[in-house]
Amino acid sequence: MSGVSQKVVHQYLRHNKKFPNVWCAGCSIGIVLGSVIRAIAELQIPKDDIMMVSGIGCSSRMPVYVDFNSLHTLHGRPIPFATGIKLFKPHMKVIVITGDGDATAIGGNHFIHGARRNIDMTVIVINNNIYGMTGGQYSPTTPSGDIATTCPHGNIDPPFDICQLAIGAGASFVARTTAFHSLETQNLVKDAINHSGYSVLEVLSACPVIYGRLNKKGNASRMMEHMRDNSISIKAVDKLPAEKVENKVIRGILKQDTNMPEFTARYTQLVESLREKADKEA
Amino acid sequence: MSTEEKKEKKEKKVITQTEAEPPKKWVLMQGNEAVAKAALEVGLNFFAGYPITPSTEIAEILAQEMPMKNGAYIQMEDEIASICAVIGASLAGAKAMTATSGPGFSLMQEGIGFAKMTETPCVVVNVQRAGPSTGLPTKPSQGDMMQSRWGSHGDAPAIVLYPDSVRETYELTIRAFNLSEKYRTCVVLLLDEVLGHMREAVCLPDMSKFRIVNRLKPTVPPEWYKHYDEDQKYLSPLASYGEGYRFHVTGLAHDVYGFPTNKPVEIATMMKRLKKKITQNIRDIVQIEKFMMEDAKVAVFAVGILARSAKSAVLALRKEGFQVGLLRPLTIWPFPDDAVRKMLKNVDTVIVPELNQGQLVHEVERLTKDKEDSDIKKIQKANGELITPNEIYKKIKEVL
Ligand SMILES: Cc1ncc(C[n+]2csc(CCOP(=O)(O)OP(=O)(O)O)c2C)c(N)n1
Repeated sequence: MSGVSQKVVHQYLRHNKKFPNVWCAGCSIGIVLGSVIRAIAELQIPKDDIMMVSGIGCSSRMPVYVDFNSLHTLHGRPIPFATGIKLFKPHMKVIVITGDGDATAIGGNHFIHGARRNIDMTVIVINNNIYGMTGGQYSPTTPSGDIATTCPHGNIDPPFDICQLAIGAGASFVARTTAFHSLETQNLVKDAINHSGYSVLEVLSACPVIYGRLNKKGNASRMMEHMRDNSISIKAVDKLPAEKVENKVIRGILKQDTNMPEFTARYTQLVESLREKADKEA
Repeated sequence: MSTEEKKEKKEKKVITQTEAEPPKKWVLMQGNEAVAKAALEVGLNFFAGYPITPSTEIAEILAQEMPMKNGAYIQMEDEIASICAVIGASLAGAKAMTATSGPGFSLMQEGIGFAKMTETPCVVVNVQRAGPSTGLPTKPSQGDMMQSRWGSHGDAPAIVLYPDSVRETYELTIRAFNLSEKYRTCVVLLLDEVLGHMREAVCLPDMSKFRIVNRLKPTVPPEWYKHYDEDQKYLSPLASYGEGYRFHVTGLAHDVYGFPTNKPVEIATMMKRLKKKITQNIRDIVQIEKFMMEDAKVAVFAVGILARSAKSAVLALRKEGFQVGLLRPLTIWPFPDDAVRKMLKNVDTVIVPELNQGQLVHEVERLTKDKEDSDIKKIQKANGELITPNEIYKKIKEVL
């Protein structure tokens, strides 16, 4: 188990007025929050250096509970807000908390352009396959055939694979895990923060009260078991026969490229080269 | 140059160069250039934008200049991203601006509302083009007057400035930053397309003439910091991210610490401060120019480039011995109710020329209930052309 105790987690929460939280019983977002905090504690990043930015949705309510610099923005827009902060204060560790709808529907454009720029931030997409906050409408990751309040006859849209989307757009770090694997989440958050560049971490998350109920997925623990049983670590993929891998969600780091120059570093370089040129001319 | 234009130019000099200034270098400058140059002078250190005619020169100049001056410049993927990046940077401590035109301004409205709600200083320049929709990219229009006031959903006051010359564009850009920092809000600078693109010989004001306002910073220890603490004038200090004050900002209704609230008392307090910080300081915010108004029987009420057409007409008529004047707001929001009421009381007829189908006149009419007998005449054009001094001259002649 993690060396970081429950007590430490408490040191990172804002106790004054902010609790109880907005999440439903059985929701996985709180588990992800725990993993994020433990990762930050283990990395020993000063609270003042952490900037947590979110969009709008259930998962995006996370920043209010943590004692960091926190910004709860507009639906789909956390990445441009974070871009402004990072570019102006490049020393800050910017963490974006977003949902599947927030990141890939309304915010799809920003999601891919952040990747293209390779600007240093950690984008944690908590994917519950549904719009939680607005009560269960389908999202770009709702599997075809599933039920949502705005597709009561079954979803006819094909879903996005968030990690493939990030890879396609040029993100330099892309990983996936599930809320069931909280220690793995913690470690991947660490890796993502340590990576200099645009890091996408998709965390599959259970929404038993809406998605689970609509699609008869069972209660919260059943949904957690499902995440356990239907995913495999990328490290195990090669060792397993093909039929065991088929239809499974692959967890782990799917891409990491440490050679891609990062955006704020490129900007700093530009500034320096212009200065040198000006000095020479002077 | 026609004699009329020459005359206008001469008068212009008399009007804007009233304060005695040491002789300075005259430069040929475009309105858009004036925005960029003034912003740099006032300490702009973050710009995010997306190209759109007729505002693009602002971005182009800043892209050239900002890296050298150690500011951050970025071309975002759209206008929505631009305003969001600007707000983020401002909360991190930047003096931040974006520039756009009508369609881009529409896209920014949700973000502008966020800046107002969260009381984050920023400047948005809208070099208006004729609409609706993509309309006429290179033609003038004054069609965004209401969008700049009411474009964003919800209910929050606006500060909008409207210059009439290149030199004044320079001055009002500085003022836009000062007001945004002081009142912790998004300030809009509205420009007419002609002004954005027109080159004028200007003698730039000495920067020492201006007081540069920087936002109030908290002095209390972080534990005591209230993001929206208010003093008598509803203005409160604003910390920057990353400097020890780990505050929360949200577009949701919030309490004085910036945390979401559903309590009616806290919501009412928040709404009141958003409104009061502007309404209690109207005298500081609203600027208006009165031109030959002392004994005027007929007054033109106009903004921006049309005020210049009007000035020529007024001068011509004064020479003929008629008592005519011009009232021109440099701040269009908050609307200069008091000055307009006074004008309505003192004149027989008000003439409102505007490059739209009736946005400005609506506000003047709103104030006529005090005085039914004052006549309001409209001149409206929404075809991409300007209203000439001659057209205003003729309209005034009709009522004299
Ligand atoms: C511009 C805009 N459109 C729509 C909404 C309504 N809305 C709020 S949250 C949300 C979806 C959130 O879904 P997701 O990002 O998947 O997050 P979750 O709530 O499931 O965590 C929507 C559509 C909004 N707030 N703003």
